[in-house]
Amino acid sequence: MIDVDRLLAANKSDHGEEIRRQIVLPWPQAFRIAIRNVTLRLGRAAITATGVILGIAFLMSVWTQAVVEEATQDEQSIAIATGVGASETVLDDEDLGAAATTGDEEHTEGAARRSWLVVMSLLVCGVGITNSMLMSVTERFREIGTMKCLGAMDEFIVRLFLIETAVLGFLGAIVGAILGHVIMLLVSIIRFGVSVVPKMDWGQMLIYIGFALLIGCVISLVAAVPPAVRAARMPPAAALSTEV
Amino acid sequence: MAKIECPKCKKVIETTGLVTVCPDCGADMREVMEKLARFGDEAARPKLGKDESMTTHEFIVRTKGLKKIYRMGDVEVPALRGVDLDIRRGEYLSIMGPSGSGKSTLFNMVGGLDKPSSGTCFIEEVDMAQLDAFELAWLRCRKIGYIFQTFNLIPVMTALENVTLPMIFAGMGSDEMLERGAFLLDVVGLGDRLHHKPFELSGGQQQRVAVARALANAPAIILADEPTGNLDLQTGKEIIDLLKRLNAESETTIISATHDLKMIDVSDRIVHIRDGQVERIDERADIDLEVGTLGE
Repeated sequence: MIDVDRLLAANKSDHGEEIRRQIVLPWPQAFRIAIRNVTLRLGRAAITATGVILGIAFLMSVWTQAVVEEATQDEQSIAIATGVGASETVLDDEDLGAAATTGDEEHTEGAARRSWLVVMSLLVCGVGITNSMLMSVTERFREIGTMKCLGAMDEFIVRLFLIETAVLGFLGAIVGAILGHVIMLLVSIIRFGVSVVPKMDWGQMLIYIGFALLIGCVISLVAAVPPAVRAARMPPAAALSTEV
Repeated sequence: MAKIECPKCKKVIETTGLVTVCPDCGADMREVMEKLARFGDEAARPKLGKDESMTTHEFIVRTKGLKKIYRMGDVEVPALRGVDLDIRRGEYLSIMGPSGSGKSTLFNMVGGLDKPSSGTCFIEEVDMAQLDAFELAWLRCRKIGYIFQTFNLIPVMTALENVTLPMIFAGMGSDEMLERGAFLLDVVGLGDRLHHKPFELSGGQQQRVAVARALANAPAIILADEPTGNLDLQTGKEIIDLLKRLNAESETTIISATHDLKMIDVSDRIVHIRDGQVERIDERADIDLEVGTLGE
């Protein structure tokens, strides 16, 4: 079935052709390969992205809660302030002062708890993403070894993984941000009623969403680069003989 | 050959692009050579290709005192204990030996896939340890074609994409690349399976894709690590025939590690490896003689 004659004939006619002295991986080709890797390993990509999605969703829910609390607290203090003057309820100065201080204390306490939650969620996010990136690189050692046998330079491998990770990280961050935000918003609406929505600081919310996207991408890249570089630097023989 | 002026002693040196140190004063000439390369003088690039000046070497690959020690925890396991081997240009060489004898390790050293613990491996009289990352990648891309026992196709790529991958690295144009890829797959009898993924192909078909991929950039050396080990008789025979004819008619050097007697049959020389050393080398002529005596 193998048609050797044709091959030899073609080789002979190619003989005069000048041989290019370059090794390249053009960006469009790199993009094509990386995107195909994501779309064809959808299951694997989904698991990797889930790490990002969960981390960012957690982060986003904490931030959404912060904005919602901000809005409801304003409402409470307004209620306290206006309640005295407008209604005929008898409240002496001492009571009013006490209510104001508790509000303040709750406010600072809430802020401290929130920043603690943000730090925690970042950690969860970072560990989750690092873990899934590490896995997805490790299980492809063989493939990396093969590519190096075919003439890929270390940078090509790193480039492919960078594109892949950036895409996964960005998509995961978008989904995670929307998910975390929407869920927390629904919970808030159930707790405080629809009236809370227009009172929220949406400008601040957008800034938080932007941050969440940025953090998702940055953590993904930071998590994926070291294993990718390590894999790329392995001698092909070692990469090829890895059993996963 | 390119003429390069040494930045220190101003002597004009003729080099193939692989000597990076001035032989007279020892000055580093990389910068000058890179400049030359960047401004379009192709001669300053490594000339490992089919080049008139290089084809004069009798030995395409030579190893000297090649040793490789693997560390497994605290234990040192010697895989190669000093191998001296000269491989002639255009010969069909088979490396034989029981598993664990170090033939795969030797194979990896010769193919530039691993670095020896000590000793040197020359390819076209150039010490491989002296090559930088670019030159090594260039060597693997354009000079050597690899065929593995386990095929090692990229699982997410179609047959055509697998075959064109080395051509992407070699900087071939898109149309030319697809045309050559389709041609090569057609040659190995897979013209109707260009867009199949490896898992949609049988073992024999996968190995044909791997063979087509090895031939992509018309390499001067084909390294085959037990290429017929996982194949049915018919496909194995066809691949051996292909390798033999490439060897005989386009002077491609074939180096294969094998157990397959059919493969041994077409070899010019057989290197027997045992315990990390060359046990003996059989010339084809001797074997013919033996077979002849047996026949009588």
